Amino acid sequence: MIITETWYLVLSAALFSIGTAGLLSRRNPLVMFMCVELMLNAVNLTFVAFSNALDDLAGYTAVFFVLVVAAAEVVVGLSIVVALLRRQPSASVDDFSELKG
Amino acid sequence: MVDLIVFVVSAAIILGGGLGVVLFRNPVHNALSLIASFFGVAILFILQNAQFLAFVQVVVYAGAIVVLFLFVIMLLGVDRDEVIDDDALPGQKAAGLAAGAAMFVLLCAGLFLSGPGGDDGAVALTGGRSEVAPKVEPDPTDTEADSVTVQLARDLFTRNLLAFEATGLLLTIATIGAVVLVRNRGAEDLVVDEPGTATR
Repeated sequence: MIITETWYLVLSAALFSIGTAGLLSRRNPLVMFMCVELMLNAVNLTFVAFSNALDDLAGYTAVFFVLVVAAAEVVVGLSIVVALLRRQPSASVDDFSELKG
Repeated sequence: MVDLIVFVVSAAIILGGGLGVVLFRNPVHNALSLIASFFGVAILFILQNAQFLAFVQVVVYAGAIVVLFLFVIMLLGVDRDEVIDDDALPGQKAAGLAAGAAMFVLLCAGLFLSGPGGDDGAVALTGGRSEVAPKVEPDPTDTEADSVTVQLARDLFTRNLLAFEATGLLLTIATIGAVVLVRNRGAEDLVVDEPGTATR
């Protein structure tokens, strides 16, 4: 049986949905970040699937940039989490409402 | 046939890891499930002829990013189970899971209703090849066709050079921002230290 890219797209849709469900249902900010990473990975899988199917390099290049942006996002987000949780060591996003100006 | 087996196994790893991220209570277990999911995605990258991206996926995602997560978890000491307290938002968990399921249904509907499926479906979804980044024509002096990694490098350093430089700048800014954010500014956390540094 041939693996067409539709299989990959369904798989990445499932992974993206899992990430969405986790992002919306979890309270721990670290776990919410992990769910964002899952969603980014699902999108990367979609990019690579289309790139491979259409014989086009743009998807590979996009995955590279998504990776860099994800790394930067994790660095800044985790430092915000560290800065907040050091003041108030409770791991719930509800306490982050003090971020509002 | 081998492709099918590899796909099914890595899909199981990916989805199992994803479900582990969402369902486990302990943040350390979530991070380890995340590694499993990233490894599955890397396997699928190799299966789709994207070896360099698989390599980077393992090194950057499963290596650096998850280690950063684990480091923060250990540093903050939040590696205890999440407390199911009196929720400020009751029904959030059920609503989140329902939203995830609805997202999956929507994505699959968009996938299968928008085109004939299969190879033609992909073309219908994207409108065919992009014009901005066609596959680089092989240099006539090359004796054999370039690998995908070489083509990716050529695309990255010629057509996307400005974006590449911008990502370098972005990473520098992110590093400086992390240092500024986490720095002990008022030193109010250092009350247990010697008084000379705490009262600075």
